Amino acid sequence: MSDVLSITGLRKEFGHTVAVDGISFQVGRNEIVGLLGPNGAGKTTTINMILGVIQPSSGGICVEGLDLAAHRGRALERTNFAAVYSPLPGNLTVTQNLRIFGLIYGVDDLSERIEELLKQFDLVAFRNEKCGVLSSGEQTRAALAKAMLNRPHLLLLDEPTASLDPSVARDIRSRIRSHAVHGAGGVLWTSHNMYEVQDVCDRVLFLSHGKILLQGNPKTLPSEHGKATLEELFITVAREPLKLEGTGE
Amino acid sequence: MKSFRPIGAIVLRHFYLLRGSPARLLPLFAWVAVDILLWGFITRYLNSVTKSGLNFVPTLLGAVLLWDFFTRVMHGVSSAFFEDVWARNFLNIFATPLSISHYLTGLVITSITTSVIGLIVMLVLATTVFGLSFFTYGLMFFPFLVVLFLFGVSLGIFGCALVLRLGPASEWLIWPIPALLSPFAGVFYPLATLPRWMQCVSSVLPPAYVFEGMRRIVAGGTVSLLPLVFGTCLAAVYILLACGYFVSVYHHAQRTGLIARYSAETLS
Repeated sequence: MSDVLSITGLRKEFGHTVAVDGISFQVGRNEIVGLLGPNGAGKTTTINMILGVIQPSSGGICVEGLDLAAHRGRALERTNFAAVYSPLPGNLTVTQNLRIFGLIYGVDDLSERIEELLKQFDLVAFRNEKCGVLSSGEQTRAALAKAMLNRPHLLLLDEPTASLDPSVARDIRSRIRSHAVHGAGGVLWTSHNMYEVQDVCDRVLFLSHGKILLQGNPKTLPSEHGKATLEELFITVAREPLKLEGTGE
Repeated sequence: MKSFRPIGAIVLRHFYLLRGSPARLLPLFAWVAVDILLWGFITRYLNSVTKSGLNFVPTLLGAVLLWDFFTRVMHGVSSAFFEDVWARNFLNIFATPLSISHYLTGLVITSITTSVIGLIVMLVLATTVFGLSFFTYGLMFFPFLVVLFLFGVSLGIFGCALVLRLGPASEWLIWPIPALLSPFAGVFYPLATLPRWMQCVSSVLPPAYVFEGMRRIVAGGTVSLLPLVFGTCLAAVYILLACGYFVSVYHHAQRTGLIARYSAETLS
């Protein structure tokens, strides 16, 4: 299984604060990797570095073998993302937003692709609605449709289902799962919903204070560390990370 | 052709915004039209009360038209950028394969479109209502526009960089830049009127060469192309400097994480 994302010794300092402390990991093809951790653990900074909007202090990021620092454009052509804190511009309609981002990503047969995504994410009724007037769940679906425009080989999702009701969230999870399994790429997923993580992720990485404390299969990892559930393990990582330090590598 | 699509995306975005919003469409021609009307009537009044025989229409109204064109170009570039600021769209835009050169080119093309609309409205009003004849300026009218366009682009890009660096609230520093420069550019009076130190500032402002040339033509003199070529080169250098500044601010924003957390009062 070749890697779609390879991170080596990634570190980011903001002044004297170390946000990400030399982490290394890979996301394989057809794999969904969960990036977990408490608020401020460094998840979003890591994702932003992979997206090229934050420059690492040191370390390397390769997307399908392309070094992001040297081949930013080509690496980002095969990447896309959806984040709960980055909705599509509210002053444009769903279709307009998809068309604009489709052009930026150089999507071929764009009109057909937009129609496909409008159907796939149940957005046909909202195609001419401005994104700003959509409900938060509809906005999330629009952002996910944008994230799928270029059929990304590396899909980064930062709490993608945070504002969705359980039924829509399950539907979205299965679509993303299907994208990972049947497509050519992998997914890096952050979430605070441990049920979701267990359901969707093939592997999880627990981040605390910018370091990877634990990694493994979300179904077996809790028992390996004497915990009943993934949520219990998460709480331990958040409250007593020192107890787990050095046990995960 | 595929490599031009990202530029097209930036232009298309602005077209969608204009089409869907009268509040954005109206300022493209309303304020310049008001300016032409105001100055048109002032020049008429001045022509009627002065006995010098000097026709103020090509001097003052022509100057207003050219200055408004420059202002529209500058604001065209910066307001296209502000759309991303107002929509908090930086993360979506800069986390794509879009290069800085494509992004800035898109902003400039957007500005060409919007400023040409304003220019056409001004030309129509100034010629039909106030009898301003552009034959007075002859072919020199086009180099005048080129110099002002290039300088407007450079200031527009500089304004974008400044807002990216200082945060959205600093947009209020950008809007009045043309007004701040106008005393030095000699829009309405010869540069010789200015004190020496102001003339030194004028000498590095490309519009100053345009307005000096314009007045010389109206006075019946001939204009050497050399000052205009110098003004054009100066404006081109300013564009390069402004682009360099934007790129350096962008890299600073990448290092500090500013793009990812750009918000209303960011200052770092």
